[in-house]
Amino acid sequence: MNLDRTQLLEAYRRMRRIRSFEERLSDLVTAGKMGGFMHLYLGEEAVAVGVCSHLSDQDIVTSTHRGHGHCIAKGVGIAEMMAELFGRATGICKGKGGSMHIADLDKGMLGANGIVGAGIPLATGAGLSAQLRGSGEVAVAFFGDGATNQGAFHESLNMAANWKLPVLYVVENNGFGEFTPTEFVIPVKDIAVRADSYAMKSLIADGMDFFDVFEKTGEALDHCRSGQGPVLLECKTYRFGGHFVGDPLVYRSKEEAEDWIQNRDPLDGFEQQCVEASLVDASDLRQIDLEVKEELDAAVEAAEAAPMPDPSELTADVYFEEGA
Amino acid sequence: MSRKLGFGAAINEAIQIAMQTDPTVILMGEDVAGGGKREGDDIDEMGGVLGTTRGLVKSFPDRVLDTPISEMGLMGTGVGAAATGLRPIVELMFMDFLGTSLDPLLNQAAKLRYMLGGKARIPLTVRTVSGAGMQAAAQHSQSLYWITAGIPGLKTVIPSNPADAKGLLLAAIRDDNPVVFCEPKLILRTSGEVPEGDYEVPIGKAQRIREGHDVSLIGFGGTVPVCQKAADKLAREDGIECDVIDLRSLQPLDEEAILGSLEKTGRLVVVDESTPRSSVASDVAALCVDQGFDFLEAPVKRVTAPHAPVPFSRTLEQTYIPSAERVIAAVREQA
Ligand SMILES: Cc1ncc(C[n+]2csc(CCOP(=O)(O)OP(=O)(O)O)c2C)c(N)n1
Repeated sequence: MNLDRTQLLEAYRRMRRIRSFEERLSDLVTAGKMGGFMHLYLGEEAVAVGVCSHLSDQDIVTSTHRGHGHCIAKGVGIAEMMAELFGRATGICKGKGGSMHIADLDKGMLGANGIVGAGIPLATGAGLSAQLRGSGEVAVAFFGDGATNQGAFHESLNMAANWKLPVLYVVENNGFGEFTPTEFVIPVKDIAVRADSYAMKSLIADGMDFFDVFEKTGEALDHCRSGQGPVLLECKTYRFGGHFVGDPLVYRSKEEAEDWIQNRDPLDGFEQQCVEASLVDASDLRQIDLEVKEELDAAVEAAEAAPMPDPSELTADVYFEEGA
Repeated sequence: MSRKLGFGAAINEAIQIAMQTDPTVILMGEDVAGGGKREGDDIDEMGGVLGTTRGLVKSFPDRVLDTPISEMGLMGTGVGAAATGLRPIVELMFMDFLGTSLDPLLNQAAKLRYMLGGKARIPLTVRTVSGAGMQAAAQHSQSLYWITAGIPGLKTVIPSNPADAKGLLLAAIRDDNPVVFCEPKLILRTSGEVPEGDYEVPIGKAQRIREGHDVSLIGFGGTVPVCQKAADKLAREDGIECDVIDLRSLQPLDEEAILGSLEKTGRLVVVDESTPRSSVASDVAALCVDQGFDFLEAPVKRVTAPHAPVPFSRTLEQTYIPSAERVIAAVREQA
């Protein structure tokens, strides 16, 4: 593995940031301080961070309704994200996007998406753009298992495979689409096999293991960057919480969830592996935990104190206007 | 006999009755069962994101189908099944997903009968949650009934209260045309008296919900309570008596009810949650100018959302949605 101590600590920091950010949101929504449909990334941290640790700000990612993790992994600031989720003028999207549309193009994050599957063709287009511009960049589409039942997924894979586009398709298979178990709606066990019909390379990673995701992503991106075309990477993962904050979770067994949460936590797994191999000290990680907490306290405080958007924002930015 | 029911419960009851009385009625959509039919004791089903269809899979295990997240397939399958002997209710979770499901409605369901020389019948009902009000932002808050109402071959209805929701849905399911049935977020959490048993509210008939002689307020779906609130305040503060009409059906449109009210009042304000271009509000205004010109004592006013996507921020969203204050201001402008 080719990660030095600094890189490892940064990977941990991003996973911890996602975990703490999402836990804080859960509290805020439950306390009625925040509105909207809130889909949390708890439990899936290793996927976003494992993949994005390979990317620069110029590489484009597209995301889903469960998009905070991808933003944080891509380096979007949590203060601006928090302000966005509070609907404040200081939000990263001026309070107009919210959780399902959170984005920061400066960081190569083209957006969360309220439409399941919609990010997949957008990433394909970003891959086409990178190819035709000869930029050497790659595009990454994150999406759930449920999204692979959309026509947009199949149409995109076919196009990307034909044109050998530098696109990495990352399916986060967490076993459920909303409340419906994946096996109810997908007849194959491994979604990765869906790549076969497009003569596309595919890989399967343990989505709870940062190192496995990191390694498989490296292999996939080598393939994309060397002009051999797209890759479908399936990460097997689990959603620790409900589909959204407030989901009563009546449709899945408590034992199943407890097993994943107790025994497969990606942050615990990361710590165990790093400390056992003496790559980092546990005390370094506790220090990061503390710093993330402080960072988050400050983000919430600043967001709550920030002004709401001016009513004139209602009709601003509907169209591009010269000089605006 | 009636009792108080929530909007969702009224819809659930209508589906229950439709399925009991007609074995060809099926319900399909994403998570309409939602984990139901799974082995194991502690597994319950969600019955849709808002719980509207909860319990139905237990009563009709073979006729309540969870589909993959494949709106094009879902809608097209519904059209094909409708053309060949079933009477499907397709749930399109949010109306914004017309984007991923439109072709089967636009180019198939709406036109099959016409293109086949009158030989096909498409008894399809599309239930869909529309509109703003839950901070669900730009892709989960649109009122796109102006699109479906504008497509020849489709009908579009939108109830404003639980009793109408039940009766209109039963009428929609039993109609031999494709009907889009909107469930506006603004009133999803309301409840009201709902008659027991099997009844239909006729499609294409508006309802007067307040009698007045000074100005006509035309609303539908979530803007009906807005009109009522405005009417209360105008009566109290200005002594203006409003004739409040709930359209209930957007296509066919009850032109007689609109023109009849205008003839009486001479002034009309139409309140529509959607964006203004090519809207139902514009349609009603055009009708008044075209066929009610001689009745008009003041310009027709449209109170709508702005020509913009729905914003996330709570304060912006509240400004976006037509309010009683804006209706009152429009009425006062006419006076
Ligand atoms: C086109 C479209 N259809 C349906 C929905 C409603 N919806 C939101 S999330 C979701 C489940 C998505 O499942 P999956 O892709 O597996 O992602 P996960 O939520 O598990 O991360 C559904 C059906 C939507 N937002 N967009």
